[in-house]
Amino acid sequence: MLDAAVFQGLSWNLLDDFRQLFTYPFMVNALEAGTIVAVMAGVTGWFMVLRRQAFAGHTLSVIAFPGAAAAGWAGVPLALGYFGFCGAGALVLAAIAGTRRSLGAESAAIGSLQALALALGFVFVSLSHSILTGLDSLLFGTFLGITRSQVLVLLVVAVATVAVTAFAARPLFFASVDSDVARASGVPVRLLGLGFLLVLGLSVAETSQITGALLVFALLVTPAATAHRLTPRPWLGLTLAVALALAVTWAGLALAYFSIYPVGFYVTSLSFGVYVLVRIVTR
Amino acid sequence: MSEPAVALEGATIRLGGRAILEDVSLGVARGEFVAVLGPNGAGKSTLVKAILGLLPLAAGKARVLGRPPGEANARIGYLPQRRNFDSATRIRGIDLVRLGLDGSRWGIPIPGLPGTKEKARRVAEVLELVGASRYATKPIGELSGGEQQRLLIAQALVRRPQLLLLDEPLDSLDLASQAAVAALVRRICEQEHVAVLLVAHDVNPILGFIDQVVYVAGGSAVGGRPRDVITSETLTRLFGVPIEVLHASDGRLVVVGQPEAPFHHGDRHA
Repeated sequence: MLDAAVFQGLSWNLLDDFRQLFTYPFMVNALEAGTIVAVMAGVTGWFMVLRRQAFAGHTLSVIAFPGAAAAGWAGVPLALGYFGFCGAGALVLAAIAGTRRSLGAESAAIGSLQALALALGFVFVSLSHSILTGLDSLLFGTFLGITRSQVLVLLVVAVATVAVTAFAARPLFFASVDSDVARASGVPVRLLGLGFLLVLGLSVAETSQITGALLVFALLVTPAATAHRLTPRPWLGLTLAVALALAVTWAGLALAYFSIYPVGFYVTSLSFGVYVLVRIVTR
Repeated sequence: MSEPAVALEGATIRLGGRAILEDVSLGVARGEFVAVLGPNGAGKSTLVKAILGLLPLAAGKARVLGRPPGEANARIGYLPQRRNFDSATRIRGIDLVRLGLDGSRWGIPIPGLPGTKEKARRVAEVLELVGASRYATKPIGELSGGEQQRLLIAQALVRRPQLLLLDEPLDSLDLASQAAVAALVRRICEQEHVAVLLVAHDVNPILGFIDQVVYVAGGSAVGGRPRDVITSETLTRLFGVPIEVLHASDGRLVVVGQPEAPFHHGDRHA
């Protein structure tokens, strides 16, 4: 993929290195896709952490794995598998939350779903031997193969979900922190819960395509958790979550470009490092 | 002004086929402070939910602020039971109060739009009224139970309601905070001319502030002035077991013989 004559590696001339990042179309695509995904993950992640649905979000990301594996097996675009499985997973999670059992019973049900998703993923992978080589990128992400049309799909989905979230932001915030009073004030709390899980599912499906199914959390939960830690102000917190997600994505992509390690590793390590730092500072 | 804040006539509420409250009549005038008392599971919260229109009446008539229940909720401030924010809750009190004002509005809130300043002023005003301005910008999970309760009352008040429904706001507060919150509610009641229905366990911390008391027990309810209702005869009839009301020298009422453990007045001396 890389032409050794043109690829110069890290020269330590920062301006040159920076220019180099934008030389290859695959890298431009990756940066654009990463930017789109980071904005979306920052916004939905902030609400996910607020609603204490990190476990549900993680389960959705595990569901993304059989989605992609099934799509690979069936020979349809991977994005279709991601979006289809995550959307269906969101509906199942909403049904579990809708039974209004205790929090313990709910997390047990979600956990069982997660185990099933992982098992299904491996079934689909073993059914389609050809994709086995892609297992790594399925689980841990890649940025080499992102095409223009993929970037466009990501953009359309991101604009739609961020617009929906922004439109519902106040009632969603109300329902998340104070559901009883919100319900009495006429906020459709259950509908918002379902809607948010669907948005989260779409978010996870998108983010998985960059970070891989297992490392979605690097972008979805860690910047958001850091932002919540830094400020209790809602709008500032949302902005911070997006800014942090963008920063770790850009830095992760740049580092991965100049080294042999996968992008998911850098994005995860960077966001984790920032989170730990903030936890220590804000003790 | 002439219409009462709440008027129930022969109201019956059934949950899953079982009558929780039967033939309950109750009147709350504008600007009146009414306490609803009774043992756990007697149907106090059920009564509040029926007034909000969240539970239908199986029989009887109900008017709330001159409308059928549920139709005047925009003019009601509601504080549900047992809301404690743990220390992990990273929300500011001021934002919670603001949600009471425009939390149910869709669309993107844009700073600088007309009305924004007015809303901020109203929030500041109501925080001042409940005495919570000092800690309103701290994360609510870091505040004490009494401070949280003041913020929640501010949230219920921010839309200038004509009726306040407070479900166990004194629960889990120490005695001094209970009396302080009751005094605050009395003051709001008079200053803002709001009718208040406050659900509580213990009548003693609030006895000096209330106009009317309603006892809910055994599926029915009895209301009236505290000195008329909290008597040995009335409570014995209501609970169906011998009950004695003693008048302690400090003005406390002590109810003796009440069979259910969570329902005891003046037990804090023990």
